[in-house]
Amino acid sequence: MEVALSVTIGVLVAAAAYLLLARDLPRGLIGFVLLGTAANLLIFGAGRIGTMTPPLVERGTSALVAGAANPLPQALVLTAIVIGFGLAAFALVLVMRAHAAFGSARSEDMHAAEPPDEGEAKDPGIAHQTAHVPAHAQREAV
Amino acid sequence: MRQMLLVAPILIPLAASAITALLWRRPDAQRRIGLVAAVLLFAATLALLVEVISGGMVVGRMGNWPPPFGIALVVDHLSAAMLLITGVMGLAVAVYAMGPGAKERDRAGFQPLFHSLLMGVTGSFSTGDLFNLYVWFEVMLIASFGLLVLDRTKEQLDGGVRYVMLNLVGTAFFLIAVGLVYGLTGTLNLADLARLAPDVENQGALAAAAVLLLISFGAKAAVFPLFNWLPASYHTASMPVAAIFAALLTKVGVYAIIRIFTLVFAHDHALFGPIVGVIAMATMVVGVLGAAAHYDVRRILSFHIISQIGYMLVGVALMTPLAIAGSVFYIIHHIIVKANLFLVAGAMRQVGGSFGLARLGGLWTTRPLLGLMFLIPAMSLAGMPPLSGFWGKLVVIRSGLEVEAYVLASVALAVGLLTLYSMIKIWNEAFWKAAPEPAPQPVEWSRAQRLATFVPIVALGGVTLAIGLWTEPFAAFSIAAAESLLDREGYITAVLGPAAARLVEAMP
Repeated sequence: MEVALSVTIGVLVAAAAYLLLARDLPRGLIGFVLLGTAANLLIFGAGRIGTMTPPLVERGTSALVAGAANPLPQALVLTAIVIGFGLAAFALVLVMRAHAAFGSARSEDMHAAEPPDEGEAKDPGIAHQTAHVPAHAQREAV
Repeated sequence: MRQMLLVAPILIPLAASAITALLWRRPDAQRRIGLVAAVLLFAATLALLVEVISGGMVVGRMGNWPPPFGIALVVDHLSAAMLLITGVMGLAVAVYAMGPGAKERDRAGFQPLFHSLLMGVTGSFSTGDLFNLYVWFEVMLIASFGLLVLDRTKEQLDGGVRYVMLNLVGTAFFLIAVGLVYGLTGTLNLADLARLAPDVENQGALAAAAVLLLISFGAKAAVFPLFNWLPASYHTASMPVAAIFAALLTKVGVYAIIRIFTLVFAHDHALFGPIVGVIAMATMVVGVLGAAAHYDVRRILSFHIISQIGYMLVGVALMTPLAIAGSVFYIIHHIIVKANLFLVAGAMRQVGGSFGLARLGGLWTTRPLLGLMFLIPAMSLAGMPPLSGFWGKLVVIRSGLEVEAYVLASVALAVGLLTLYSMIKIWNEAFWKAAPEPAPQPVEWSRAQRLATFVPIVALGGVTLAIGLWTEPFAAFSIAAAESLLDREGYITAVLGPAAARLVEAMP
């Protein structure tokens, strides 16, 4: 069981690394989801794979029944799943907005924040005055 | 009472975030509540710092579960200082955010997100549990995602994509490291980890988990070589957002590195000291060279955040009391100075019409007060005496010389010189050079907006001057913080109690 779990985690991380290296943002996002799944399985495995006995305290006793499953990894994984879902949902909406704005979901097509041919970014809030750029600044900015 | 003080820095922003979210359609009421919450947060963190200085470390058990089973909140000197500075920054930015653009920001949801961000930051500084730290990081991250793309411009979407993608990977690494640490030690409480880590059989696997943590915190702190997201995104945010990001977000990463590597992995210093030292040097150099190449005020300042992070890591690299005291002092000084520079940059654009140095000019003749308010943090950042940055650099460099880390000390000195070059570049272009033709049109703003902009700038400038001219208490506090960080036994006993060993045997 441990071996199967380890191999699964390894395959998931490998797939995630491959997808995260893509320039296509939705692929990167799927890579993140896979990486989160691998992390959750890893936490689960770190708590040791034991019995299927639910970790509940019987009425009238004050301790877990002997041989119960470890409850802590379950709590951690549950938290991590919720957080990972929230992050993935936000990132998906962001990628959709970016796709709408740039007409592409590939990261190399997005150059608004760091224009490649300009040392300084655009200033969206204020209409540009006629840009009088001193010659030396222009030279160094290029 | 102590327990109330402990949770107040988390509860106040939580309440503010919830209330302002409920008042979604009433931006004016949101703004007022946000300001009140910021004042309360400042007062609570100040009281907590006084309590820690007078009465020592404050430890709280959430739900009254005894550590290491429940989540512990632990506030020592470093945490208390970071909390107070969060309170100061929260207040300064809450006031500044009432300046130009407040209406648009508040309608887009600035207030709920801003207070969630503060809650994530204060939670990260207070917690004594590794998994809980992960949760606070996420709270902070998701709020920062929203704040970064508040205006939904093309620039922000592009910067946001870069910021979000890298941070997503960083958090996944954090989670994997948490899993490994738990598997190796069976605990997530930091004090318990500190107690058990030296005796773990498989030290190689523990070191691997530590490296994963270093990568994840390093990505948040924007250290070399994980800094690319910062200059790609910070300058696109609106100015109050950029200021609070510059002040707090990267510093949470630095705080986590200091906390984890002085407490849990201190026994492995022979391995991690040199690694962090090389990272620190590379971070200083890369940041300052990046800044030298740019002509947009915001981007110059963004690159300087990176460069200054290097100084803060010197303490972890050397692990001497003086070096750690230097790091603590440097963080305190830097947060105030850096946020203030971003606030000044916002004011410069307001009166000069642009962030681009080429399009600015002549501000010294028209706005001498703004010039003065720029000079204080700028010269402090470059380390000119008698301002706060000088003392920070002095302690860092001296701690390097003391342990004969001459390369580190000379890199720190050279980077200081290059920082001065960047600051003088802004000064020459924006303030001294003749105004470009045609003269830039200042943006119209009301008296109240001007007041909201300049009150935080002047106040933070005053704090910088105070730290510089009246250094003694701040230095003494930094040394006390360093001593408490290096006293691992004290931390473990304060959290777990003397009878800790017996409790742990009962764990599955």
